[in-house]
Amino acid sequence: MKILAVDSSGMVASVAIVEDDILVAEYNVNFKKTHSQTLLPMIDEISRMVELDTATIDAIAVAAGPGSFTGLRIGSATVKGLAQALGKPVVAVPTVDALAYNLYGSSAVICPLMDARRNQTYTGIYEFVRTENAFAMNTIEEQCAVDVGEIIGVLNSLGREVVFLGDGVPVFAEQIEKELKVPHTYAPAFMNRQRAAALAVLAKEYFKDGKSQTAGEFVPIYLRLSQAEREQLEKEKQGAN
Amino acid sequence: MKEDVIILAIESSCDETAASVVKNGREVLSNVISSQIDIHTLYGGVVPEIASRKHTECIDQVVMQALSEAEMTWDDITAIAVTYGPGLVGALLVGVSYAKSLAWALHKPLIGVHHIEGHISANYIENEGLKPPFMCLVVSGGHSHLVKVADYGKYEILGRTRDDAAGEAFDKVARVIGLGYPGGPKIDKVSYEGNPRAIDFPRAKIADNEYDFSFSGLKSAVLNYLNQLQMKGEEYVQADVAASFQQAVVDVLVGHSMQALEQYGFKRFAIAGGVASNTHLRTAMEEACAERGVEFYRPSPILCTDNAAMIGAAAYYEYIAGSRADYDLNAVPNLKLGER
Repeated sequence: MKILAVDSSGMVASVAIVEDDILVAEYNVNFKKTHSQTLLPMIDEISRMVELDTATIDAIAVAAGPGSFTGLRIGSATVKGLAQALGKPVVAVPTVDALAYNLYGSSAVICPLMDARRNQTYTGIYEFVRTENAFAMNTIEEQCAVDVGEIIGVLNSLGREVVFLGDGVPVFAEQIEKELKVPHTYAPAFMNRQRAAALAVLAKEYFKDGKSQTAGEFVPIYLRLSQAEREQLEKEKQGAN
Repeated sequence: MKEDVIILAIESSCDETAASVVKNGREVLSNVISSQIDIHTLYGGVVPEIASRKHTECIDQVVMQALSEAEMTWDDITAIAVTYGPGLVGALLVGVSYAKSLAWALHKPLIGVHHIEGHISANYIENEGLKPPFMCLVVSGGHSHLVKVADYGKYEILGRTRDDAAGEAFDKVARVIGLGYPGGPKIDKVSYEGNPRAIDFPRAKIADNEYDFSFSGLKSAVLNYLNQLQMKGEEYVQADVAASFQQAVVDVLVGHSMQALEQYGFKRFAIAGGVASNTHLRTAMEEACAERGVEFYRPSPILCTDNAAMIGAAAYYEYIAGSRADYDLNAVPNLKLGER
């Protein structure tokens, strides 16, 4: 089973090809260029490097969101085009889940933090539980957009050791140090940002469970309305009062 | 025999998701347009974030519908074309990203098209005889350009707007006189019931470039007129305001265009863009051209507003000229005409 995975939900652009239990290739770039300039050239480069026959791909995985609205759209439109042209299914994996999966086997609970601006974070809480011959990722708190103080509160009441990762870490570290009362660490550079390899492996599980979509069906998960819609709702609420 | 060039074109620069299959630059095999106008009407204008989300939701269906209506398969397609600017960056990125991955996965050439070049090229579709050189006035919600089309892909801008685009002025005036969004078609319609000479709104001249446009002064003049009446406790006649405002816009557009035609001695003149579907403008331009013995061209209304058939037409000439885009093609929101 071969999966081409694409993540452009944050600053990182990441592309990976995973075949069964082997990571054939992975390409990560955390640079100021826009995903529009990097993503397809990366797919092209990685495919040529490993002489990928696109006909042999079983599914195309994408970080479905949340994340930067623009980044999500570039990733989504790219994956839709690939899936349509190649006649392959799309496997949409929640971004925060895929981030957490980087820390496979961790005994501490995992809390990815993505910078969602306006002092909010896209986050969730996960743990790995031992099954017969592997670890399975279990969701304690589903991915959501909340004030960082709120997720710190949940972690405090959970009372377990935490490991943080994601581009929200440098943004919120000060507040975490001040307010978090449980033991905690921060994941190191090789596993603390979006990686398409982790996304691909998780996508394989989704695919096996029948969770795939057509190019037309797939839409990204923003977790947030646009500003205009928020203001409109606010107005309607005030009108109702 | 020369082989046919079949282009699949994609357009998503504003609030229309569109795809089209065009044969040899002039024959439209399909022209699918998914308009978001109903959604944006709720907000009184195009909301970029909502537009971008809608494009993402429907791009795949729109493209596949264009392919199937043309009774084509991927194998029949020679090249993929896409608008990469100017426009709303988030909206453009959806079409650009989708088109790039199609081109990559199908091993087809990719052609980046300038949105205004598309509008101008809409005139090629229904007018087999139209060839450069000619003069073209492009007027839409985002653009007001008076352009010399020297050759396919070769443009010289004689005049552009200094502030609001013509279509923008229509939208804003329509809003203040209670007609709502989109302003263009609504003002066009209600004007038939009004007197275009009822109110003498200003026709702006730009001192340092006689071919540039300015519509913000006109918009202010409409606002002032309404305010003055309100202060006097008088009612305004909606149809008269609409007709008089529209007449001022039409006069300026016709005046600039005819002056340029005479100065540069062009014998062919075309209009393009959403505002080119305005019936009063079409009639006025037709008459002005006839008086001067100038051949007048205008696209059908469906090819005036944003569509992908016009992008396919423009892309054909780019393709013939050997223009190809790379996989790092980016959306360029303020792309200038004639730049790459």
